[in-house]
Parts: sequence; structure tokens; C-alpha cells
Amino acid sequence: MNSVMHDIARRVAQHLEPGDVINLGIGLPTLVADHVPEGVKVFLHTENGMVGAGPTPEPEKVDPQLINAGKLPVTEDVGAAYFSSSESFAMIRGGHVSVAVLGVLQVDRLGRIANWAIPGKPILGVGGAMDLLVGAKTVIVATTHLTKKGEPKIVEECSFPLTGARPADLIVTEHATFSVDEEGLVLEEIAPDSTLEWVRSHTPVPFRNSAALEAV
Amino acid sequence: MSRALRIPGSKGQKEVSQDGRRRVDDENGAMVEAPRMDGLSSGRIESKVISVEEAAALVGPGSTVMVGGFGLVGSPLTLIEALLSSENARGLTTISNNVGEPGKGLGRLLLESKISRAIGSYFTSNPDVMERHLDGELEVRLVPQGTLAEAIRAGGAGLGGFYTKTGVGTDLAEGREVREIDGELYLFEKPLRADIALIRAHRADTLGNLTYYKTARNFNPDMATAAEVVVAEVDEIVEAGTLDPEHVVTPHPYVDYVVRAEITLGTDAGPLLDQAGGG
Repeated sequence: MNSVMHDIARRVAQHLEPGDVINLGIGLPTLVADHVPEGVKVFLHTENGMVGAGPTPEPEKVDPQLINAGKLPVTEDVGAAYFSSSESFAMIRGGHVSVAVLGVLQVDRLGRIANWAIPGKPILGVGGAMDLLVGAKTVIVATTHLTKKGEPKIVEECSFPLTGARPADLIVTEHATFSVDEEGLVLEEIAPDSTLEWVRSHTPVPFRNSAALEAV
Repeated sequence: MSRALRIPGSKGQKEVSQDGRRRVDDENGAMVEAPRMDGLSSGRIESKVISVEEAAALVGPGSTVMVGGFGLVGSPLTLIEALLSSENARGLTTISNNVGEPGKGLGRLLLESKISRAIGSYFTSNPDVMERHLDGELEVRLVPQGTLAEAIRAGGAGLGGFYTKTGVGTDLAEGREVREIDGELYLFEKPLRADIALIRAHRADTLGNLTYYKTARNFNPDMATAAEVVVAEVDEIVEAGTLDPEHVVTPHPYVDYVVRAEITLGTDAGPLLDQAGGG
């Protein structure tokens, strides 16, 4: 993963609080584990039935039956616990996961996300995306501001199928952080090496500036 | 007392309905003797341990089969391998998170055209699923992972279904009952049951009590409750009375048969673990 991805992951990790039970989606969100601020102890929940997933093991210490939702090898952190799939998702839907960090294909002007299917192709995978979106107490979207083709990922209306009706709480890109309220997006922060002009011209939806940002 | 047990779906016409339940004409349902349990009445405990071949023979044409695992981890690879050489294992409906991996686990059964319908949450990591689906050889029903797990749990717990917020307002909600409960919208989901569940556990005692190993647990304890016949493939079989009752995850009444695993995911399974996208 390139430095932009790590930069986004670092910006997401700033929002974690000690004791949070967090679930990281596949790809970019997985990197958040590498950037948890020092002194902040969080517990990684993985949908395939574990809380307390630890860092990637050395190659010779890989246990093929100890994996995360991305099927990558993990380890046991202090206090780790295993459970069945139904219990794992009861935990997710029941609001026992503090934060879900999700990657997206698109986010709409109300913060609703599309991250599971591409129109025109048979839909053959949904996994835990819909459960995490409805169940986690806080949903943070971790995404590059633009697609690889340079198109904005934050759009008026998603052209990809929605993952659910619930909006995300925070949207973090390498350029900006938005919160979401009932009226839509609120710009909370501009990345140090970006500008309001850049964010405005690459975010084709109306958004307001937060009170804190207005004060600057 | 010797009780007869029907081999699930081994003969006769049958239909599999949306929720995976089957209807078998009783007269055509084949009968098979279960291992004798009459030892129980004389205070002796009869073992549930059978051979892999005997277990594979329990899967008949058109069976609905629950198969444990998240990818290949926690998947009963020995039993799946045995189904490859079983004539009767064809036209199967699988209920499993994935269809194995390309050419591995259930993925191999798919390549041998033994699966005609797959119910699961994440097939994207096996491109063969897409290919067979587009060819019209494989019917697919996609269910969010948590809804899949809970539908299996409900099937095993004697429930008629449940309402979940997951999927409300999405394409997967099309044609489904939506109900408002305390101001929030929920989707109705029916339970899932199967003719037979092939599960993977770590240790079994001869009675069928099961413990699991790390993230190889996943769907297995749920599936152990939701099928007419449950076969557990395990690393180790110990005498009843050996397992600490506090450590038993699946209590023995759920389990009909136990077989010893001959295939285990080794560290040489590395490449399998490299394929991101468990869902």
C-alpha cells in the first residue's frame, strides 16, 4: 500500500479512543491497525469470529487457522477471544462494536455509502459489509478522495448500489475529513498539504464548514 | 433399540424450497441403519466415530449440505475430498459462506459440477463461481454474512425466522417483507436448515462433544445445530469424559457422527491465505 493509503489510515486512527472495539474492512481500512496512536489500546474485532486480533506474524510463525476477515494471518493479542459466526454478527448488529472502518466505492451527499456491488455485473459477494454498516456504533469511511481514474468518490447520488440506508459518521480522505449530520456533509478538517479550494473543486456536493473550521 | 435413519436425499424426487428445506417422498426415502446406540441403555457409551467413506455416503443426489468454513479455514476438507469420488454426491445445494477457493475445498466440487445451487455471502474470491453462474450451471443466492449465520442459528433453534436491520433499503431487500419495529425498519429473514451439515472441529469425544481451534470455529457451531444429520470432522478423537465440560462448545446431542480429519490446512496453505477478500 502506498504512502497516501497510510496517510489516510493515520488520519482515521486519530479518531480512535482507548478501549474501542474496532472492525476494519478489507484493504485500506486494514492499515488503520498500524497507526493506532501510542497509549491508545483498542481491540480488533474480526467478523470471522475473534476479538483481540494481533499484528501480522513473522512468516515462520503463521498459523493457517488464525486469520482475519481478509483471510490474512494474524496473531492473538492480550485477552483475545474466539466465537462463532452468529455470535460475531450478533456482536456487530447488537452495537457492541464501537467503530467500523469501511472502504467505499462511493459516498453520497448524505453520507450514505456504496461498497459492495458494481452495476451491470452479477452480484456475487456482500460479506459482512451490510451488517457492519447498520450495527457499528460509529462508522468511519476511509477512502482516497478520487478514484484511480481521477473521479470524485463523494457524489450527489451513488451510481453503485447502496450498502444500506444508514449514513457514515465520518468520511476521511487524504485531503479532508467530513462529519455527517441530518442535512449532509460538514467539513471538519483540511489536510495540512491540501487546500479548501482543492477540496471544493473535487467534492461535487454541497457541504458546510464546521464551526471550528470557520474560526480558523 | 436400534433406530433407522434416512440417508438424506439419496433417492426419489424432491424439491428444495427457498429456505433450503427439502421435501422427500417418504416411500422413496432410502433408509440406512445408524450406528447402534443401544449401548446407552446398558450404561455403555457407543461411539459416534465412523469412516470418511461412510460419512460421504450420507450425502445423496440433490442434498442440501451445510459446509463450515470461512474460505478454507474451518472447512471439512477431508469430507469434501471424499464427496469428489462419490457418485451420489451431485446436484447439491451448498449453504456455506463461500464456495471454497478456486479448485480447493468446495471449489473442487464446483469444478466437478457437483454443485447446482450455492447459498452464501461471499463468492467473489472464487472466479469459477462467476463463470459457472454466467454459464447457467450454478444458481446463486447471496445473503449478508450476519444474516446467513443468524438464519442458520434460527434454523437450529426452532425459530420461524427473524427481523434484521441489515440490508434494509438495498438491492438484497427486493421482494422481502419490511416491518417497522419501534420506529426502525427491519427485513424478515426465514431460517435455513439442511439435510446434512459437514462441519470441522478440533477435538471430539466419542459421544460427539466438540471443541474448536482459533478462527477455524466460524460457522461450524451454528451449522451443527441446523441439519437433519451432522458430521464433524476433527483433528483428534478422545474418550467421552476426557474433555472439560466447561470447554465444550458444541454439546454432543447436536452431533450424529464424527470422522477423523486426514487433510488439515498446513503452513503450506500460505498461497490460499494470500487471497484477500473473505467478505
